[in-house]
Amino acid sequence: MVAHLVRLKLTLLGNTFRRSVWQTIGLIAACLYGLGVVGMLVAAVIATGSYDTEVLGLVVTLGGALATLGWWLIPLFLFGVDATLDPHRFATFGIPLRTLVTGLGVAALISVPGIATLLTGLGVTLAWWRTPALLPLALLGVALGVATCVLGSRALTTALAPLLEARRSREVLAILAMVLLVMIGPMMSWLGGSFGGGGPRSLEGVARTSPEGIRLLADQLAGVVAWTPLGAAWSLPATAHDGAWLAFVGHLAVALGTVALLWLVWERALGRALVRPPVGGGRGAKAKGLGWFGRFPATPTGAVAARSTTYWLRDPRYGSVLAIVPLMPVILWFSGRETDNQLLLILAPIVAWVLGFGLSNDVAYDHTAFALHVATGTSGSADRWGRVIPILCFGVPLVSLFAVLSAVVAGHTALLPAVLGLSLGTLALGLGVSSAVSARLVYPVPKPGESPFKQPQGAAVASMVSQTIALLIVAVLSLPALALSVLAFAQDSPPLAWVALVVSLAVGVGVLVGGVRIGARTYDRRAPELLQQVQSFA
Amino acid sequence: MLRVGGARYVGGMTAQAGPPPSGTSDLASQSAPTPPPDPAAALSLRGLWKRFGQKIAVHGISLDVPAGSFYGLVGPNGAGKTTTLSMATGLLRPDYGSVHVSGTDLWAQPDQAKRQLGVLPDGARLFDRLTGTQLITYAGLLRGLDRDTVASRTQDLLRALDLTKDANTFVVDYSAGMTKKIALASAMIHAPGTLVLDEPFEAVDPVSAANIREILADYVRSGGTVVVSSHVMDLVQRMCDHVAVVAAGQVLAAGTVDDVRGDQSLEDRFVDMVGGRATGEGLEWLRTSSASS
Repeated sequence: MVAHLVRLKLTLLGNTFRRSVWQTIGLIAACLYGLGVVGMLVAAVIATGSYDTEVLGLVVTLGGALATLGWWLIPLFLFGVDATLDPHRFATFGIPLRTLVTGLGVAALISVPGIATLLTGLGVTLAWWRTPALLPLALLGVALGVATCVLGSRALTTALAPLLEARRSREVLAILAMVLLVMIGPMMSWLGGSFGGGGPRSLEGVARTSPEGIRLLADQLAGVVAWTPLGAAWSLPATAHDGAWLAFVGHLAVALGTVALLWLVWERALGRALVRPPVGGGRGAKAKGLGWFGRFPATPTGAVAARSTTYWLRDPRYGSVLAIVPLMPVILWFSGRETDNQLLLILAPIVAWVLGFGLSNDVAYDHTAFALHVATGTSGSADRWGRVIPILCFGVPLVSLFAVLSAVVAGHTALLPAVLGLSLGTLALGLGVSSAVSARLVYPVPKPGESPFKQPQGAAVASMVSQTIALLIVAVLSLPALALSVLAFAQDSPPLAWVALVVSLAVGVGVLVGGVRIGARTYDRRAPELLQQVQSFA
Repeated sequence: MLRVGGARYVGGMTAQAGPPPSGTSDLASQSAPTPPPDPAAALSLRGLWKRFGQKIAVHGISLDVPAGSFYGLVGPNGAGKTTTLSMATGLLRPDYGSVHVSGTDLWAQPDQAKRQLGVLPDGARLFDRLTGTQLITYAGLLRGLDRDTVASRTQDLLRALDLTKDANTFVVDYSAGMTKKIALASAMIHAPGTLVLDEPFEAVDPVSAANIREILADYVRSGGTVVVSSHVMDLVQRMCDHVAVVAAGQVLAAGTVDDVRGDQSLEDRFVDMVGGRATGEGLEWLRTSSASS
């Protein structure tokens, strides 16, 4: 049975190679990337081990703990990322639970991250080559460590599945994760900054005083982590190397206990999942009346705009873009404090760019619901303008506000026209280019209802190519506005700032109108082809 | 016999990349050469071909759907029904062939032709973050109707399809049958001359199905044309006045239901035509008496 499940997983993995050229390229790229990371990690660790076994112990323990944490937490946010062997699909087969758990556990290893973790773990054991007697212990550590990773991730996702299957909580969780992810950088710098002033005993203070300090800190950290479920297994060879046998027995007990506990949790959760199949979210949220359809004009363009607005506000895939917007000033403020908030000046143009570019693949976000536009014979100009108008409606006030605030805070009120011009120009320009490009190039995105984090297989390359094309066009078209604005700042010349405003706006509006017109013409000519392309993403 | 013919065409098509041979004449009721499109027909398909990669999904389908008829398109799974209907409604561009909607060339004047069609595509998603009311309104406004007309028709449709109490629920939380019904309402809001419905009864409960059948029958009585695809023969025999049997991307028979079925039931006639019915022999072990082995 275990062999069956493993073979099934291998077949499924093999079949992804045959699905489409893009998917194959994407998968190969992912494999190469994984192999490259594994190779680099192993080489670095072995190199470390050759000159200092104590540092090696620290690196393996802390690195292993970090990898375990990743295994446990990432799937929660990326839920559904590896549903190829969804336990619900085995519900009807009546496979003994223990067999199923073993099979699914081994099969879970057969994936790019699983194989990468295993290879890295095995490669790292070679770093103990100076004391060959440790090798069996190191291998035991890897076995337990990888088991902790896989079992932990499965146990957590299965146990929390009832919670995650509710659409709303999954969406909230995904956006929360996005916000946390974006905030990591500024938080670190903030923490570092505040500790940096706090004396020599703080993190950064220690790091600055000496490399010995870092070592000391890592030593303490590893000492703690080695007793936790996260690091116990990975710390085994280092503890044995130090000859601390009592601690070794303790760590081994923690590691074995963790694996046993996770196994038990998973088995329980799986047993429950098998007898209680997922139910569709039956609570049924409601919305009264016509919503935005009552506020926009009753024309095809107005209808598309109303639908777009509803989606920007209700669909978490768009929400993750919108969530970044209020965070942007915070991030820039934190990172720019040392330069008198000069960095804040790029806030408005960047937000404008994010909003303008948010449209560059809009049809793919509709997925096959786009068939309605094709079936009703919606005209290209209604489709294109309808998607642009909502962003103009909230983008123009927002970007203007950001531009004024940033100019005031950074102390460049006299040069405000340049910032304002560049920001509004970039918004218009981005929307224009997006409208033209999105009628021709589409690439797979998370389907409606999926986690905004889930990147479809093979999307990476296709999206990179089309995004690069769009980016290049935007870059070239925004050169004049950018050059004038920079010049106005370099010369501190308000008149030049006014010139920049006029030129930026003129170029922006020109590109917007032209881009929408080109996009509309392309759309009118090949809407059915566009639909077929989106359909092929299924 | 017919399947052999189909297979030969697959070979011929892949070998020569030119336009399809006009010799579909030896197949079933089509006579060579293909007559010009019938301008009086609600839908007139001529020589539709569509190839996806190596697989030819539709091999030269020609059909006339008379105005005011209730037309059933039946065929086994993978026969090309959905592909044909997609091409007939402007959702999929055919490789060859033409579609005329009441005399208007769909692929030459799509805007004008699509105005006369109401489409329920099979397997397409809906804009399901909208509520039922909003989705129907959206379809109505996209069709260019004014706000008041949309509002009153939306209420009528919701009532007729028994969706009034779920009007403010998001479509994403609808059951499969309710989703079908709301999609049907979106297809009907602009009172099209011809309704093209791909599998409209799939996942719909018997009461709703009866409701929908009645609505469609009324619609036909008042002069509208309905085309439905289905593989429930019994339903088609009871509901439709015309039928076309499609298999392997070709029309095997087309005409009034009585002509096509002769003195058999439509289901038996269909199985005869499509062939490939297994007798159920060789599954002796399935009998409970031999379960011990």
